[in-house]
Amino acid sequence: MSDQIKNATQEYATRLGDDSVVLGHRISEWVSYGPFLEEDIAYGNVSLDYIGRARMFYTYAAELANDGRDEDDFAFMRNDREYRNLLLMEMPKGDFAYSQVRQLFADVYYTVLLPELLQSKDETLAAIAAKAIKETKYHLRRSRDWVLRLGDGTEESHKRAQKAVDQLWGYTHELFDMDETEQLLADEGIGVDVSKLRDAWLQMVSDILTEATLTVPEDSWAVRGGRTGYHTENLGHMLTEMQIVHRSFPGCKW
Amino acid sequence: MTNITEKLELFEVFVRSKRGLDHKHVGSLHAEDHEQALEYARDCYTRRSEGVSIWVVKSADICSSQEDDADCFYDPNDDKPYRHATYYVLPDPVNNM
Repeated sequence: MSDQIKNATQEYATRLGDDSVVLGHRISEWVSYGPFLEEDIAYGNVSLDYIGRARMFYTYAAELANDGRDEDDFAFMRNDREYRNLLLMEMPKGDFAYSQVRQLFADVYYTVLLPELLQSKDETLAAIAAKAIKETKYHLRRSRDWVLRLGDGTEESHKRAQKAVDQLWGYTHELFDMDETEQLLADEGIGVDVSKLRDAWLQMVSDILTEATLTVPEDSWAVRGGRTGYHTENLGHMLTEMQIVHRSFPGCKW
Repeated sequence: MTNITEKLELFEVFVRSKRGLDHKHVGSLHAEDHEQALEYARDCYTRRSEGVSIWVVKSADICSSQEDDADCFYDPNDDKPYRHATYYVLPDPVNNM
């Protein structure tokens, strides 16, 4: 592996790890706040899937970086400007409809992304994709179910679900952006060309929203910046909470 | 997390731990319908890969015997020892049953 490819792959694994840990942490904020016990446990499981996924990506990124850092350093010792996650993942948990709509957008994204990553020439990335595909199949089943229930539920739940769709829509465009690093890896057959995935994503999301009696928004605005480290104000606050124990007690084990 | 469960239905969960074994009752949970109950059963009762198959049944659909019925249900069997294999004296050649 040339240094250029190796560095790009390390950056790529870090980005995918960032997406997973940030979304995983946002979901974990529902633990003990779920609408009822069964849902609390179920959504907590989804959070653990994402955190597990982040560990695999970070472990690989650390292996490629080979500079003495481990998975924990990637998760807990980087500041918000060093994080490269998609903005969609860092939006606050909001109300339950907001979280489930974001979850649907993310789950459909992974549903179209992971089968492509499975084809990666990089065996480690392909192996992570193989494990994640099974999880995502279940996650999508849940989030689709919830969006249908909320959209086609009561007047109040419909209103909240539609509001969430409208508020989050502008953050979904970034999911399909490519930059030099990702283009290089896509050309090498290592990374996924996400710019080709939007049609499939839009089709699936539109079908589900329509079935849920929700309106698919116009593409009138878009916010970008996560992949270059320009985040919303929400990420810093989230990382403060996520990182405090590790930073206060370095190397602490329990 | 208080009132909302009153609006949900109660389901009984049965999990088959291995192929060839029976489904066993493992507990109950609240859900809106069968499909959701199945998903929650997966999350609440098979997190450590305990199962290969799950059944969920609405608790209200289970018809159960009452303790008061014990007299007429089970007691009459006590004086019918011939319903047990041990009642029968086996001929000597069949000593390994």
